[in-house]
Amino acid sequence: MAKKLGVYICGGCSIGESVDVARLMDVVQTEYKPPVCRTHPFLCGEEGLSIIRKDLAENAVDSMVIAACSPRMKTAAFDFNSGSVVERVNLREHVAWCHKERDEDTQMLAEDYLRMGIAKAEKMEPLEPVSEGITKTLLVVGGGITGITAALEAAEADYDVVVVEQQPHLGGSLATLKKLAPTHPPYTELEENPIAQKIQKLTSHPKVKVYTATKIVKTEGQPGMFDVTLQNGAAPFVQRVGAIVLATGSKPYDASKLTHLGFGVSPNVVTGEQFEAMVADGLPLRPSDGKPAESVLFIQCAGSRDPNHLPYCSAFCCMATLKQADLIHQRSPDIKTYIVYRDIITTGQYERYYARIQNHPATFLTKGEVTAVQNHNGSRLLVDVKDTLLGEAIRIPADIVVLATGLVPNAADNNALRSLRDAQAIVRKNESATQRAEAEKTVAKLQCHEGTEILNLTYRQGTDLPILKDGFPNSNFICFPYETLRTGIYAAGSVRAPMDYARAEEDAAGAAMKAIQSVEMATRGQAVHPRAGDLSYPSFFLQRCTQCKRCTEECPFGSLDEDEKGTPKFNAYRCRRCGVCMGACPERIISFKNYSVDMIASMIKAIHVPEEDEEKPRVLLFMCENDAYPALDMAGMNHVLYDASVRVIPLRCLGSLNIVWIADALSRGIDGVMLMGCKYGEDYQCHFAKGSELANRRLENVKETLQRLQLEPERIEVMQFSMDQYGKLPEMIDQFMGKIRELGPNPYKGF
Amino acid sequence: MSGVQSQNGEGKDILVIGGGVAGLTTAIEAAEAGCHVIVLEKSPFLGGRAIAFNLYFPKLCPPTCGFEINFRRIKNNPRITVLTQAELTDLTGTPGNYEATVKVSPRFVTDACTLCGDCAKACPAERPDDFNFGRTKTKAAYLPHHMAFPAAYVIDRNACKKDCSACVEACPYGAINLNQIDEVKKFHVAAVVVATGWAPYDASKMTNLGFGRFPNVVTNVLLERLAALNGPTEGKILRPSDSKPPESVAFVQCAGSRDENHLPYCSSVCCSASLKHSTYIRSLYPDTPISVFYIDLRTPGLLEDFRAKVAADGKLKLIKGKVGKIEEDPETHDLLVTAEDVMAGKKTTQRFSLVILATGMVPQTDGLPQGVTRDEFGFITNGTAGVLGTGCVKRPEDVASSIRDATGAALKALQSAVRSAPHG
Repeated sequence: MAKKLGVYICGGCSIGESVDVARLMDVVQTEYKPPVCRTHPFLCGEEGLSIIRKDLAENAVDSMVIAACSPRMKTAAFDFNSGSVVERVNLREHVAWCHKERDEDTQMLAEDYLRMGIAKAEKMEPLEPVSEGITKTLLVVGGGITGITAALEAAEADYDVVVVEQQPHLGGSLATLKKLAPTHPPYTELEENPIAQKIQKLTSHPKVKVYTATKIVKTEGQPGMFDVTLQNGAAPFVQRVGAIVLATGSKPYDASKLTHLGFGVSPNVVTGEQFEAMVADGLPLRPSDGKPAESVLFIQCAGSRDPNHLPYCSAFCCMATLKQADLIHQRSPDIKTYIVYRDIITTGQYERYYARIQNHPATFLTKGEVTAVQNHNGSRLLVDVKDTLLGEAIRIPADIVVLATGLVPNAADNNALRSLRDAQAIVRKNESATQRAEAEKTVAKLQCHEGTEILNLTYRQGTDLPILKDGFPNSNFICFPYETLRTGIYAAGSVRAPMDYARAEEDAAGAAMKAIQSVEMATRGQAVHPRAGDLSYPSFFLQRCTQCKRCTEECPFGSLDEDEKGTPKFNAYRCRRCGVCMGACPERIISFKNYSVDMIASMIKAIHVPEEDEEKPRVLLFMCENDAYPALDMAGMNHVLYDASVRVIPLRCLGSLNIVWIADALSRGIDGVMLMGCKYGEDYQCHFAKGSELANRRLENVKETLQRLQLEPERIEVMQFSMDQYGKLPEMIDQFMGKIRELGPNPYKGF
Repeated sequence: MSGVQSQNGEGKDILVIGGGVAGLTTAIEAAEAGCHVIVLEKSPFLGGRAIAFNLYFPKLCPPTCGFEINFRRIKNNPRITVLTQAELTDLTGTPGNYEATVKVSPRFVTDACTLCGDCAKACPAERPDDFNFGRTKTKAAYLPHHMAFPAAYVIDRNACKKDCSACVEACPYGAINLNQIDEVKKFHVAAVVVATGWAPYDASKMTNLGFGRFPNVVTNVLLERLAALNGPTEGKILRPSDSKPPESVAFVQCAGSRDENHLPYCSSVCCSASLKHSTYIRSLYPDTPISVFYIDLRTPGLLEDFRAKVAADGKLKLIKGKVGKIEEDPETHDLLVTAEDVMAGKKTTQRFSLVILATGMVPQTDGLPQGVTRDEFGFITNGTAGVLGTGCVKRPEDVASSIRDATGAALKALQSAVRSAPHG
C-alpha cells in the first residue's frame, strides 16, 4: 500500500534564518511529490501540532517526516499516539546550530537530511508487537538467603514463584550461622539470624512452590515461556516460567590452597567457616587437644586480594571476623584476639561495629603481612608477620589461627562449557585428524568444567550466563547493575558479586524486580533495557539464508538458535532489538519494520553527491544513537561550527552496521566514512556489550576491499567515543574532513 | 515535558522523592513493571549529584551515558510523571493509602520552551552557577546544563533585575510566564520511596584542615567539576590561588568520616573516589607526584581491581596515616600537611601545592515526611512499611550500589501498590 506521506518542516529555533525553508519545500515537492508538505515557524507549538493532527484525522497523511529539532527533543509533542510512521529529521542541532547561516553548504546539508528522512520513511512500516502466551511465574534458582528473599519479595507482589534448590535443605550457607553481624541501629550488637523464619515464611507462602534436592536438567525457550525440566529423584518434569533469578550463592575458597598461611600444618589452623561452628555454643577449643584456647589469631584476606588466588575482596570477611571476635569476647573477655589485616573494610555504618570491637581490651589489631605459620610443640602456633604497625617483623603465638577465607561464586563458566561441548562434538564427528587432535586438547583443558552447568539453557551460545570478570556473571554497567547478557535471567547475591548477607537480601529484591519487569514487558511485546518499550523486532527472510551462522554467533544476547542445517531460529523475547544480527548478515535478510539494510541504503542513495569539479566532498558519519548522536546534539547546543560536508546516519548500535552500506557509499562517490561508537574492550561502554567491537572487526574486512578497489583505507575510520568528550566532536569531525580533503576526491564519483 | 498525569485514585501510584540516580531508578524500574510513578525533584533538572560528576569509578565512564538511556526510558514511558522544583509538604494516611501534598515552585518557563536560548541571550542579569559550585555564572534565564532533563530553560527570579521582562519579550514561543505561582497538587499513592540522597559534609567544620581559609585546599566534589570538560575550567585542574598546574597533590581521606567529632561512620565511597581523582590528575599531569593519606583504603568487593590498577602508578604514594593538620605557606600558598606515617612510625610534614579533601557524605533529609525512622546519624532505617528509604539517604554508597538498592526499593513499592489495588 502506498504511503500518504506528510513532510513537516519547522522554521523555528533559527532553522528559518539558517536555511531557506521555501527552497527545502521545493526540493521535497519536486523530488518526492508527497501528498502533504508544510512548514510552520513553531511546529511543536499548539498551532503547529494541530495542523499535523488535522492532517492525520482527515486521513490526508498516514506517515510523517518531522524536520525540526533532534529526535531526542520534544518527544511528547511529536508523539501522535497513532501508531503511524514518524521519522524525525534533525535540522536544528545538526544543521542550523552548527553550520554557517545562509550558506550553500548548510542548505545542501538540510536538503540531504530531508531526502534521507523521506527515503527512510517511505520504507518504514507501522509496528505490531510480538504477542504470545506469556507465563508470569518466576523461577528462583538457589534456596539460600538470596533465593529465599527473591522468592518472598516477588510472591509478596503477587507473582507465583518456583524455587529450586540442589541441596535437600533450604538456607544455604547462612543456615549454619547462629548470630549475625549488626546491620541495624545502633550497629554494635549481634543480631538474630533471620533464615529460619524466612524459610518458614517461604514454605508456607501460597504463591511459592519449593523443590529441594532438585536439579535443572534443561531450560528451553525464552523469556515469558521458559520450559524448565526439573528432576528430583523420580521422573523429570517440566515447569513453565517467565523469568529466572539465579541465586546460587558462593562457596568458601578452598583453604587447602592456602598452605602459605599454615593451613594443614596443624589442626589448630582453621577456616572462618570452621571457627564459626567452634564458637557457636561455647569457648573455642583447640582442635588438637580440646583445651580452651587462650589466644586466637585471625588472618584477613586469606586468599582474597591476592593475584595468585582471588583477585577481588570478598566483601564479607572483615565483618565476619569482627563478629567472631565479638563471640569470643562474649564467651570469655580474656581470650586474646589478634586480627592481622591489610585494610579493615567496614563501610558505612559497619564502622560502628569495628570501633566497638577495636576498643575491646582483648582485641589486638595490626596491619601486616603473614609470612609464616608454624606449629610449635604440637599445640601452639607461631605466626610471623611483617610490615606491621610496629614497624618491624613480629612473631605472635596463638592457640588457634583462623583463616578468613574469601568466597568463590557458584557460577558456571558458559564460554568454557560451550568450547568444551563444541570440541567434544568435533571429536565425536571425527572428520579430520588435525581438527580432532586440536579438539582433544581443548577437551582435556576444559574437562574440569564438565558437569558444572546450572541452568542448562539449550541456547546455541551456551548453557549458562556468560561470566565477566573474576568468575562472576555480573553486569558490566555501573548504571545498570542487573544488566544481563541473557534476557529474562538475572543473577543476584554473592554469585553476582562478592557481598555479605545483608546486601544479598537487597540484591535479591532488585533481581526479583528485574525478573517481574521482564515478564510484564514481554506481556506487552516490549523490549527490555536498554531499548525499553521498543515494539520492533527483526524478521528473517530465510529463503535466502546461506547458514553462515554469523547472526547466531554475533547476537550479544544469544537470541538465535540453529536447526541441524545451521539455519537461525529466532527467539523474539530474548531479543533486545539492537540490530547486531542485521549488521552481521551478508545476505541482508534481517530487517526491522522501521530499521533495515534497505532503509539505510536508501538514505545513502538519497544523498546528492556533487561532481568532482565542484570540490564538495561528502562524508558519511554513522553514529551510535545512544552516545555519539546525543553528544553531537550537545555540541550543537554549544553552537560550535564544523564542516558541513558530513551526513549523519544514527544507528541503534554501531554493531548493526552492515558493511554493504560502506560499499554503497563509496561506489556512489562518497569520499569517506566515519563510524562513531562506544568504547570497547574490558571496560566496554557499548550498551549492547560488543556492538562497537563487532563493527570494528567488520571494518577490517572492508579495508581489504578498499585496497582492492585502490581506495585509501584512511577514507574509513572507526572512533571510540565517550559522551563526556562532546565538546571535542566538532574538532574530531573537522580533522577527519581535513584528511579526506587531503586525500582528494573519491575516483568513483559519477560512476 | 513530563509524562501523562497519573491515574489518581486508583491506589496504585508510587511517589518517589528525589530525582537522582536512586530515585530515577526506583521510578523507571517500577514504571516499566507497570506502576504509575510520580517523581518529585527539588531542583529544576533530574540526575542529582551524580550528573555533575566527571566520570564514575571503576570504569571511568561518563554519567551522561547512563542518564541518556534513563531519560529515554522516561520519555518513552507514559506511566512516569516528573515534577521538578517540587517538594512534599504533607503526607497523611497509611501504607497502601497515602495522600501526598506537593508544592511545585514555578519554573517561569512552560512546556512550550524549545531550548532556543533567546531568553538567556536577552537576559541582563547573572547568577552563580550552582551546577559548578558557583565557580561560573549563568544568566538568570538559564539551562542548568547541556544534558538537562526536562529539557527546558529556568528563570531564577531571585537573580532577576527589578521589573525586567526582557526574556518574555525575547522568547519567540511565548514560553515564559513570570506570573507563575506556587502550585499545590495532591496525589493518592500506595507507597512513598525516599531517595533524597546526600550532601557533602561541610569541610569548613574541620578547622584543622584549613578549608575556606586556604585557597588551594579543595573538596572532592568540586574536583569533579574542575575535571569535567564542561566544567568551569574546561577540564583543567589548576591551583585556585594562581591558576597554575599543581606540582604535587595530596588527598586527605576520611576528611570528617570515621571521626567521633564529625561523622562517626565511614562514607564508603571516598577511597575509590580519591583513587579515581588521582587518575584525573594523572591524565593531565603525567609526572606530578600524588600522595593519598588514609586510615584504611576501602575498595570493597570487585573494586579491588580498580585499586590495583591505580596503585600501579609509580608516582602515586599510598600512605597509611591520618592527617592532623594543614598549614599554609603564605608566600607560595603551598600547603604543609602534617600526618602520621603509621608504617614508618613517625609524624611527617610535607609540602603540597594542591590538597583535596575527601569529604564524607551526610544524608539529605530536609523535608522528609514525619514518622520516617532514622538512625543517630540521620540515615533512614527501613522500619516503616509504605515509606522507605533508598540510596544514600539510607546508607553512604556508590552509584552502582545505590542503583542496585533502588531497584529493590521499586519492588517494595510495587508490593504496596499491588496490595492496595482494588481486586476483581
